[in-house]
Amino acid sequence: MSAVIEEHHPDDHHHGPDKGIMRWVFTTNHKDIGTLYLWFSFAMFLFGGVMALCIRAELFQPGLQIVSPELFNQLTTMHGLVMVFGAVMPAFVGLANWLVPMMIGAPDMALPRMNNYSFWILPFAFSMLASTFLMEGGAPNFGWTFYAPLSTDFAPPSVTFFIFAVHMMGISSIMGSINVIVTILNLRAPGMTLMRMPLFVWTWLITAYLLIAVMPVLAGVVTMMLMDIHFGTAFFNAGGGGDPVLFQHVFWFFGHPEVYIMILPAFGVVSAIIPTFARKKLFGYDSMVYASASIAFLSFIVWAHHMFTVGIPLAGELYFMYATMLIAVPTGVKVFNWVATMWQGSMTFETPMLFAIAFVILFTIGGFSGLMLAITPVDFQYHDTYFVVAHFHYVLVPGSVFAIMAAVYYWIPKWTGNMYNEPLGKTHFWLSFIGVNITFFPQHFVGLAGMPRRIPDYALQFADWNMVSSCGAFLFGFSQLLFLFIVIQTVRGGKPATEKVWEGAHGLEWTIPSPAPYHTFSTPPKEIPEAHG
Amino acid sequence: MVRKDTSARIVSDTNQARTIRQLLLVVVGMFGFGFAMVPLYDIVCEVTGLNGKTSGEYVDDGSQEVREDRLVTIQFLTNNNADMPWEFRPKVRSMKVNPGKLNSASFYVRNVTDETMVAQAVPSVSPFRVAEYLHKTECFCFEQQQLATGEELEMPLSFIIDSEIPEDVTILTLSYTLYDITDQTDALASAP
Repeated sequence: MSAVIEEHHPDDHHHGPDKGIMRWVFTTNHKDIGTLYLWFSFAMFLFGGVMALCIRAELFQPGLQIVSPELFNQLTTMHGLVMVFGAVMPAFVGLANWLVPMMIGAPDMALPRMNNYSFWILPFAFSMLASTFLMEGGAPNFGWTFYAPLSTDFAPPSVTFFIFAVHMMGISSIMGSINVIVTILNLRAPGMTLMRMPLFVWTWLITAYLLIAVMPVLAGVVTMMLMDIHFGTAFFNAGGGGDPVLFQHVFWFFGHPEVYIMILPAFGVVSAIIPTFARKKLFGYDSMVYASASIAFLSFIVWAHHMFTVGIPLAGELYFMYATMLIAVPTGVKVFNWVATMWQGSMTFETPMLFAIAFVILFTIGGFSGLMLAITPVDFQYHDTYFVVAHFHYVLVPGSVFAIMAAVYYWIPKWTGNMYNEPLGKTHFWLSFIGVNITFFPQHFVGLAGMPRRIPDYALQFADWNMVSSCGAFLFGFSQLLFLFIVIQTVRGGKPATEKVWEGAHGLEWTIPSPAPYHTFSTPPKEIPEAHG
Repeated sequence: MVRKDTSARIVSDTNQARTIRQLLLVVVGMFGFGFAMVPLYDIVCEVTGLNGKTSGEYVDDGSQEVREDRLVTIQFLTNNNADMPWEFRPKVRSMKVNPGKLNSASFYVRNVTDETMVAQAVPSVSPFRVAEYLHKTECFCFEQQQLATGEELEMPLSFIIDSEIPEDVTILTLSYTLYDITDQTDALASAP
């Protein structure tokens, strides 16, 4: 037997990927899986984007023109679910797959086979979720927060498919997070101490802990829904001794950490990009780590600020108001650190840097409107208005999404070995930047004036700003086709990238050739460079 | 495992298994915590009077001192949840009572549909903070009501308002919402 194996040895010892489609189905390579995650996320981004454009088209003018109110509710719900669970989260998992092993000098993720499973669950979960559009009674229509009893007693029959889709996404996220934590804790190259890790690795480590802490709670809450709907329990049914407000507590216990899950890795990305293009060491590395950890901790004790108007005791409202405002402190530390890093740096404004700077400015605007919403007495006015919509789109679109785009521009030369087209990249940035602000800034105004969210029709007084907002949405939406074009163009060719790619880049991933070989750091790196130079 | 590398990383396999076990424990624990939030929530509601939840059956052990010097108005409200078609109203809309004294009131209910239905009344007290001062020694809300077509019922309520009720409270409202739980009762009855 052994002789046979010996003979086959040259074949076994391949270093490149398999050929054909099966390469992608069976791959356990962190780079392949990262690529799969990123493409999947982009597909979901377009799917969620098309739904957003349907919504904005309907809201272009008052009255009902394009979609029925029933379909409108399904669109807002599915847009939220697809963007949160299908676009933003998988994009960050994709970045983690590509970058974490390369940044800590590991040969691959710690659990490569599980890595493959956690990706391949997702297309099935989202196919099932998307198929609800074709079912009798339509897709879920209760908003992405799926409050009971809207999502139990009054839900369309497709809610059961929604529940199983959420279970599958949860399993995928939990497996992905365990993988990230085990990789970071066990596979760091010798000399890569925790406090030398790049901030992207740090923020992902913290995010992964958040995920394993709250995704099971989400699984729990949808399980309770499932039991209420099909097995006669009454977790959320007051008639049976339950309480619909309980749903909101359990949901937001998951939901608030979830919003930090979507922003912490973005902090890590921006902390990598700004020092590179400011050609300065990151200001306050240690405080960045502690601030990220504080934000993660605080995220567990502020959930009821989403529920000020449901009727909680005064003491509770005061506590949740102050605790929420406390988050502004570590977040402020981060923003000041980024600004201080840029201060007196030799800055250049390549596309990743433009996105990163836009992130700092626009995310801060979103943070400020968040502070306004945290003030309990005024929240009674803002609650469920377009002001809330403007707030969370400011932190999610020019926040998380811009950070993801910045990351793609920053690392794509390392991934593909080719430079992207800089003028086109800058065009994409400016179109997106202008589009995003035209879309979401006017929503602050209509929100403060009292326009409720999740409605297909509205009073005439809101007409002008809604029209402006819709125009911006179409500009932003179609600009993303340019992004798709740029990425495809870069994958297919372009100016060869150097090993270091960027003049000011630091960290292990810039010490390997571009494109990154299929297997990297099979032997640990000898020297550990400082990541934030 | 793909890793066939230097001694530096060989130690990690046992570490790795331990990390995975710990993380899985966290996952299972947090799934359990999600469900633990249900009883926790009830406890918090009881302690804080959140949602005006009243406590269960109260045993009158004669420890309450009757406050002849004080009168508190208690108002009775009835609501029907969503599509609940039953007729449901209090026999008296409001009473003036002495704290510490046992009182009784009754509620009228009639099944106006042509089917047998099961209902459950859920109480709520306003303002929330006085919920803990309302003691019910007997209440129709402790059990479910099954009424046949056209059947009517007078449902009793006996209560004591705690003699320690804050002095500034002169009025409180006890509201009942009637839920149709026929489906759930069927589901439970037919469950294996």
